[in-house]
Amino acid sequence: MTGPKNLESRTKHLKQTWTKHCHRVLYMSSVKTDFPTVGLNVSEGRENLYWKTIRAFQYIHQHHMDEADWFLKADDDTYVVIENLQYIVSKLDPGKPLYLGRRFRPFISQGYMSGGAGYVLSREALRRFVNGFHTGECTHFSDIEDMALGSCMEKMKVEPVDTRDVKGRQTFHPYPLDHYVIRQLPRARPWHLLYDYYPPNEGPNCCSDFAVSFHYIYPVQQYVLEYFTYHLRPYGYFYRY
Amino acid sequence: MLSEGGSFIKGMLIGGIFCLVLSLLSSFSPVTESRTEEHHHHHVKAASKDELQQLSDGRLQELNNQLQVYCVIMVQPKNLLYWATALDTWTKHCDKAAFYTSESSKALEAINLKEKDDWVRLRKALKHAYENAGDIRWFFVAEPSTFAIIENLKYLVLTKDPEQPFYLGKAMKSGELEYVEFNSGIVLSYEALRRLVNVFPDEGKCPETGRALWKLSNDKQLAECLKFTGVFAENGEDVHGKDLFNSKGVESLIKESMNQNPNNVVEGCCSDMAITFSDMSPNQMQVMMFGVYRLRPYGHDFHDLLTFYPPKGSDND
Repeated sequence: MTGPKNLESRTKHLKQTWTKHCHRVLYMSSVKTDFPTVGLNVSEGRENLYWKTIRAFQYIHQHHMDEADWFLKADDDTYVVIENLQYIVSKLDPGKPLYLGRRFRPFISQGYMSGGAGYVLSREALRRFVNGFHTGECTHFSDIEDMALGSCMEKMKVEPVDTRDVKGRQTFHPYPLDHYVIRQLPRARPWHLLYDYYPPNEGPNCCSDFAVSFHYIYPVQQYVLEYFTYHLRPYGYFYRY
Repeated sequence: MLSEGGSFIKGMLIGGIFCLVLSLLSSFSPVTESRTEEHHHHHVKAASKDELQQLSDGRLQELNNQLQVYCVIMVQPKNLLYWATALDTWTKHCDKAAFYTSESSKALEAINLKEKDDWVRLRKALKHAYENAGDIRWFFVAEPSTFAIIENLKYLVLTKDPEQPFYLGKAMKSGELEYVEFNSGIVLSYEALRRLVNVFPDEGKCPETGRALWKLSNDKQLAECLKFTGVFAENGEDVHGKDLFNSKGVESLIKESMNQNPNNVVEGCCSDMAITFSDMSPNQMQVMMFGVYRLRPYGHDFHDLLTFYPPKGSDND
């Protein structure tokens, strides 16, 4: 999800890094351009984000439904490791109504997935989302995109998936690495972990080796993460996990 | 009488100032600390995959086992956070990590050299390392604000004989002197260290006190001493000729690359097999630990010819 004023400053760098690993990438904006961006008939701004998301999924449902099994929504300041997402979904059935991401506890009884960390809908989940708006079961009842979408998912009986790895480490992250991996003395849950559905770990056990996403990743950090993920490595290292 | 005395004093003063200026000038190195291309013959490259594949399995196994690194880390209580971070991160991958301090700290253990002068302290540390090396044949000298990937250091020196003098790192030139920059880490083979330790007692070639009014930095003094023993600085590079020892942090280098190679930022930046980065905060070093030893895409297999196991009792790698 992006907009005209971010194409040069942010989205251009996503194009050079992680989006290359997608089978298909669509840059959703309010205006169609040669970037290329898809022009949805929505205004820019945070208050219009849920409208933009609804229109984006409707567009995909109309034009690209058969092209994939899984549909990832990310922001222009999210960094995603597509192979690690593939690893998770390879064990799941896209014909089932499934919804993946960083699960948050508040507001929605089955929880909802953080918008910034990126979330994934199975083909069936996408079908049900679009259908929900078609029948009026789902509405634009709030501006808060991730929470409102989570509410629609619950209404349409789409199941949230626990995306932690076998060691209980998180794969989707709504903040950059330094918010999680730095060692801390044992303490009460800090503000940025308050919404977590599953009890979070601080320090090295926070995050899976096969992490899927990080958020608030601006251009320099996009390339830094690309370098860490796909390039820099310890020769011959026998990974623990 | 007074005027004669006055001229004499004036003469002495002028003469004295003249001598001072002369000695200052003679020890003052020109500011052109340039990375000239001319010393392209003073570089050491990592072995290529082809070269490695020529080695027999037995030989590879032998090399894998013999390849041990003794890390000499120069710490001070005033840099306690960096010291603790180095202890918790990269130094765990050294076969032996020795911390040498100027004075003891209640918080962390180290070999207390009780020496305030940093050049003398470095000499003492290197002598101690040499005397306590055991079977270890490679030495890596750093400050705790350097982050090193020891596995990649081993890869660089894999086919090099430590009975030969090697003095590697990021090679810089200051006037006529080529030296390895301290903050990006210094690699010494056993033979290089042996020669160095043996020249230490020679006050003419390798004095404890600076040779002029202007004190040379430790890395340059080291280079001067080694030069007398016939050991010269060499730049550590990967098979593509990219620097393996970096005096800056990843973020800085990426920023530079975004300006210089906007269409190829990551490839134009840094080596995949980089050995050191410097000038990073302790938090950045913890993040780097995750980035280097953990974060990776599922399904990529490198079929490396060597295997290095994770250190015991560590949870961040």
